[in-house]
Amino acid sequence: MTETTLTHIGQTEPRPAGWQGIAADWSSDQRAFKNVSWGKAMMWIFLLSDTFVFGCFLLSYMTARMSTRVPWPNPSEVFALHIGGSNVPLILIAIMTFVLISSSGTMAMAVNFGYRRDRRKTAILMLLTAVLGATFVGMQAFEWTKLITEGVRPWGNPWGAAQFGSSFFMITGFHGTHVTIGVIFLVIVARKVWRGDYDTGRPGFFTSRKGHYENVEIMGLYWHFVDLVWVFIFAFFYLW
Amino acid sequence: MAEATANGLGQHALHAAHEAPAAGVAQAEVHQEHPIKLYLVVWAWLFILSACSYMVDYFGVHGYLRWSLILIFMMLKAGLIVAVFMHMAWERLALTYAIILPPVLVLVFVAMMVFEADYTLLTRLSFFGAGP
Repeated sequence: MTETTLTHIGQTEPRPAGWQGIAADWSSDQRAFKNVSWGKAMMWIFLLSDTFVFGCFLLSYMTARMSTRVPWPNPSEVFALHIGGSNVPLILIAIMTFVLISSSGTMAMAVNFGYRRDRRKTAILMLLTAVLGATFVGMQAFEWTKLITEGVRPWGNPWGAAQFGSSFFMITGFHGTHVTIGVIFLVIVARKVWRGDYDTGRPGFFTSRKGHYENVEIMGLYWHFVDLVWVFIFAFFYLW
Repeated sequence: MAEATANGLGQHALHAAHEAPAAGVAQAEVHQEHPIKLYLVVWAWLFILSACSYMVDYFGVHGYLRWSLILIFMMLKAGLIVAVFMHMAWERLALTYAIILPPVLVLVFVAMMVFEADYTLLTRLSFFGAGP
């Protein structure tokens, strides 16, 4: 957002180091995030609130798993796939992890090319990110189908504690929803980049404000967050 | 954004300022521009760390070693994503601390729920006996 910097003509005062600098910024009675646009600051604050949402989900899963006297189903066996005559543990989840990490990588590159005003590469990389994200959701749908046909329900499953199903469907379902929304927005922003909206200053459809290439970075923040949440789900739900 | 912050400037002045010294203003805004190589290196590391945490399960490591390995790989991956991909390493400290510190409070919640879950398990065991 170039306009916001105009009010201080681009000069942010030098600040003391460490905690004194933080106190100086927060107490200056203007804006706390000096060189950060509102779009980016608000996305970060949204992601912070989303962190608490997912944190509570993982906490409820932890509480359920710790407090049940029925043995928890072994995720390593539950999520194994039968490939080539033997059961490979967690293989689908591992592939999903690699797909999502790759999508994060392409997104980071898209942000970089966006700031270099390379519209073509930015749009292509964003679309690639969206394709990888859609692949992830597709694999998740496959996994849900597999588990449901095996008899996993939110209220019970053939292998042990009933809370396994409810935790699984809620956590992965909520994460999958986030990925899906991310894919939709990736396509929208990629289209804007491709059309050159951020070069011509074309007003946005909803807010009728001019966009900037920083929107690609803000989109990227959301996408990396989705990847970040998966890191925690992978560790706590699938590996633990 | 313009409407919100450029109160003092008339619409005219705003436009002039916006068009003419575009380059100068762009300099003032902090762009997160870093070499591509950095992203590729981090990407490779994320792959390696994911492979490592998968190997923990594949080779059936158990007990405290398993849990500590899972947590270490998880924190390393999360740190790389937040610091480099989300550019937190280059943001002003006021933003970094505002975002990074609050989730630490979740750990307090974790501690509370560990006690609560232990208590629930204890009562379940004493009323219903050991699992079926």
